[in-house]
Amino acid sequence: MSGPVSRPSPAVLAKLTPVLTKRWSSPDAWRRETYERLEGYEALRKAMAAHQDDLIQLVKDSGLRGRGGAGFPTGMKWGFIPQNDGKPHYLVVNADEGEPGTCKDLPLMTHDPHALIEGAIIASYAIRAHRAYIYIRGEAVNAARRLHHAVAEAYEAGYLGKDILGSGFDLELVVHSGAGAYICGEETALLDSLEGLRGQPRLRPPFPATHGLYACPTVVNNVGTIASVPPIVLGGADWWKKMGTEKSSGPMIYSLSGRINNPGQYECSMGITLRELMELAGGMQQGHQLRFWTPGGSSTPLLTADHLDVPLDFESVAAAGSILGTTATQIFSDQDCPVYATYRWLEFYHHESCGKCTPCREGSYWMVRTYKRILSGHGTHADLDTLLDTCDNILGRAFCALGDGATAPVMSSLAYFKQDYLDYIEGLTAPKLSAKHLMGAH
Amino acid sequence: MAFSETTRMRAKEIIARYPEGKSRSALLPMLHLVQSEQGYVSAEGIGFCAQTLGLTRAEVAAVATFYTMYKRRPTGDWLVSVCTNTMCDVLGGRPVFEMLSEYLDAGHDETTADGKITLEHAECLAACDYGPVMTVNYEFFDRVDVESALGIVTQLQDGTPPMPSRGARLCPLRQMSLQLAGYGDDRPEALADGVAGEATLRGSQLAQAHGIAVPEYDPETPITRKGGAKPAAQAAQAAGVAANKPASDRKPAGNAPLPQEQKLKESP
Repeated sequence: MSGPVSRPSPAVLAKLTPVLTKRWSSPDAWRRETYERLEGYEALRKAMAAHQDDLIQLVKDSGLRGRGGAGFPTGMKWGFIPQNDGKPHYLVVNADEGEPGTCKDLPLMTHDPHALIEGAIIASYAIRAHRAYIYIRGEAVNAARRLHHAVAEAYEAGYLGKDILGSGFDLELVVHSGAGAYICGEETALLDSLEGLRGQPRLRPPFPATHGLYACPTVVNNVGTIASVPPIVLGGADWWKKMGTEKSSGPMIYSLSGRINNPGQYECSMGITLRELMELAGGMQQGHQLRFWTPGGSSTPLLTADHLDVPLDFESVAAAGSILGTTATQIFSDQDCPVYATYRWLEFYHHESCGKCTPCREGSYWMVRTYKRILSGHGTHADLDTLLDTCDNILGRAFCALGDGATAPVMSSLAYFKQDYLDYIEGLTAPKLSAKHLMGAH
Repeated sequence: MAFSETTRMRAKEIIARYPEGKSRSALLPMLHLVQSEQGYVSAEGIGFCAQTLGLTRAEVAAVATFYTMYKRRPTGDWLVSVCTNTMCDVLGGRPVFEMLSEYLDAGHDETTADGKITLEHAECLAACDYGPVMTVNYEFFDRVDVESALGIVTQLQDGTPPMPSRGARLCPLRQMSLQLAGYGDDRPEALADGVAGEATLRGSQLAQAHGIAVPEYDPETPITRKGGAKPAAQAAQAAGVAANKPASDRKPAGNAPLPQEQKLKESP
């Protein structure tokens, strides 16, 4: 698949499902007035007239699954919140987008911030929370600027604050910026961070549904998940399920980056394949052949050109040996080296490892050094065993999924591209790193 | 230098955003706040946060050193961050960082001799569809290369900050830190700055151009009421939800089948 920009066929075009992205091209959709003209806050009015339990049931019926990578059923998560327990409940929106390759939440918050706010109000109402927090990645200043403004507008209009739309329901919503730590995208690390601590994951159980923020019942949902709530409230569960597959319902924003002609955000029916996505994105760039790709960020094992027809839904990607993750499809070509790519991801995991557990902290550190040795032409065959041994000691033994994520590119690149490693070790590929990178590698 | 009256007043406003007795939640925004006055988190800044929140200095320092955005040394007006995570790296981010480092004579997390520009390489900035990217005070410059990056930095040095590719017009890092502390931008014109980028809109514009919408959408679709017109089995299920038994700790909430478990089971 390589060549000039291609035109997508009608069959593939029909897989586009503009739901969450449909307002993005309206230049002023971030303003309340424009948002209201485009169906904004209609779902809120409709939801406030319904019983909370019926809303939870609606979300269950829709089959909506978390958009932050794990794919947990959203309605079930809401249903876990104990009611009449006398404790305050919290909704926390995870807007700490940072999984390498992922770039769908920032544009949503920048161009359609009210959609997130409206979803957050409905979700809070359903789980009986009177305080909600949007924990947004610190670096996302432009999205935060629009969000702050939108929250202020929502207060002015009576969508937030006391007695929302005369319903008697109160909600305070605070936008809280992080400070540069990938680990805070892990929901319990996020809660610790929101409590003013180092962002390190908590031991589970207890789970956030009973002991979340301030040890109270808490729902933590991704931006895309919460922004899906208003369209579900308006269009209904059956309509939502017309998109996607039986177990992976609805639309999904696929973020395409790399060696393709038209990288960007493509919201499609879940279960579309990479071959079809690449058709939408104009195909591979001239002179590039697809070699490897991530289905959902760097923490999901690499796939290859053999996987072009794998439906990108939760079940099918798992069956192909990877994870749907955040549908961040990073596309690499025959001109990109899988060993070097993995090395760079390992540097990332090493930097972002919170240090709480030994397997992840030490494992990521040593793997970076092993990669440096291989890439500088000083690797040995035993290094490959060392890498796999290290992965064995991290996978399933780390405190949270960050450590597991670090093993994904290592194990998958070794499985598919072992020869690339051997070529560095046997001197058939010129070293990619110079001796200065070698310090302390031995 | 003691912190200004304004900063002290803002600290109180920040604390008020969180429930009573939970003032520690104000710590991250307060660390951004002290950076907005001093340009970094100084020992004095740590003391100020500790005193205001009733924490020890050690507790505050432990948090301040954990997060990348809190700087331990004075910074310049302009924080230049070049993404060198995998995608941006292979698309050309690495040479951009190396060139800037040489040109500015500053390494990662270092400030130029004149104190104006701080350089860092950054991990994924969530704009891979625009890679390679760099940011100035966290505002994006898309698809940079060695020449365009040099042009941007030269303009910063000349006192004519360039317009970012998508975000708002630039403001100095201290002013940005105030926004990070949770204060809206006080420049109304900055809000409207920046149109949606081409890559952001690709899918939605493709759908628009071909007149594609999700069929059978009816915003008037009623929300099913408990036990309404449902078949008996479903109604019983709905009633169960209405009873809404408290979740037990054994029941995982928000925990998908752990990816690694899935992977172990499913990998070929």
